[in-house]
Amino acid sequence: MIALVDYKAGNLTSVKKALATIGAAVIVPGAPDEIADASGVIVPGVGHFGATRALDAPWIEAILGRIGEGRPLLGICLGMQWLFEGSDEAPQLPGLGLLSGRCYRLGTTVRLKPDRDPVVKVPHVGWNSLDIQRSEASILEGVPQGAQVYFTHSYVAPITGDAAAVTEHGEPFAAVVQRGYIAGVQFHPEKSGDVGLRILRNFVELAG
Amino acid sequence: MLSKRIIACLDVRDGQVVKGVNFEGLRSAGDPGELARRYNAEGIDELVILDITATLEARRALAETIGRVARELFIPLAVGGGIRSEADAAAAVEAGADKVSLNTAALADPELITRVSERYGSQAVVVAIDAKRAQPGRTDFIVYARSGQTAAGRDAVSWAREAEARGAGEILLTSIDRDGTKAGFDCELTAAVSAAVSIPVIASGGAGSRDHFVDVFTAGRADAALAASIFHYAETSVRSLKMHLRDHGIPVRLT
Repeated sequence: MIALVDYKAGNLTSVKKALATIGAAVIVPGAPDEIADASGVIVPGVGHFGATRALDAPWIEAILGRIGEGRPLLGICLGMQWLFEGSDEAPQLPGLGLLSGRCYRLGTTVRLKPDRDPVVKVPHVGWNSLDIQRSEASILEGVPQGAQVYFTHSYVAPITGDAAAVTEHGEPFAAVVQRGYIAGVQFHPEKSGDVGLRILRNFVELAG
Repeated sequence: MLSKRIIACLDVRDGQVVKGVNFEGLRSAGDPGELARRYNAEGIDELVILDITATLEARRALAETIGRVARELFIPLAVGGGIRSEADAAAAVEAGADKVSLNTAALADPELITRVSERYGSQAVVVAIDAKRAQPGRTDFIVYARSGQTAAGRDAVSWAREAEARGAGEILLTSIDRDGTKAGFDCELTAAVSAAVSIPVIASGGAGSRDHFVDVFTAGRADAALAASIFHYAETSVRSLKMHLRDHGIPVRLT
């Protein structure tokens, strides 16, 4: 049973459908104590880092409790950024702090000049490729080097030793992170075709 | 590197995909669910379903179609046509849309862009702009509302800027002059809007050959290109289009 944490940062329908497609049982807990029996926890989310304020002390305690018992955690997009210490998008608000580093905004738009390409626009929207750094990372099992996935975001996580794959949009950033049972993806696996479903399946298998 | 997106548009009326020329003279192109599956198998990057249905009953049937497509395909899906309120946007999201496309209603009530983006995030809000040259050969572009029927009294570039400022995540820019003509995208229109905003611009209207896509991604500075007819009637497959773009040095996603 995978617990999908709904903290009102975007719509969960797509993630739920993708998990159903790969045969995972899902609950959307109404309160933190309802994740106690989950074999794995997914924190999804799109939008402003400030939305993670809804993940308050009781939620943090419940999520850390599951991790303490060796249950895996997957952060998607904003949910991945929340695994870090914080984000420049909401500087006063701490993240979960399981991974070191702070999230920051992608370089501002490179204004168009004749014959200048590529043009880097922010937000970064669309399909981009994964440069896999750590092929042993279980979250990326079966994902080919250079596979493309669907992104939509303006802020990014730094490349640290936890980065399992890197993507470039004007500058390189962490697209996939994994440290033991803690994983995160900056893109939307639920919107990334077969590659995305494979990554979700890898997580569900990690949850056992 | 970020790929240039190829988007297929399904204009759906009374359960069938239809397509016209210059926004008029519709003819049928098939079942929306079947076309969506075919495009996905060919490697389409995204789908847009535009509801041009007249009756409430057909509209309910379309919600089922959207739900079916969304359950089967794990690529971004935008839904537009007749979204006039937050409730309409919510219904589209509920049916399975990742993005809603706002057009006439946003012109009448620009605050709608902000309200929907605050609720679902900017990434979920596409503002569709239907534009037409003020006169042939001129490079000022007038925005039209109500499926190209009514001049909205707005300039396309300034409206795109305002839409971005109000919370739009993308602009879907259709040239009324080129729609359905297969004469090529209006690259001047696309480049003018793309240069004015930092959000992605999806070019639409006029796709007739693979080289038209090369043009709109280079001269037109588009981030994505949308087409309907050339895919529906199997004149060009998505895959052969992408191979052609790759051969011209344009980054694409090949599956």
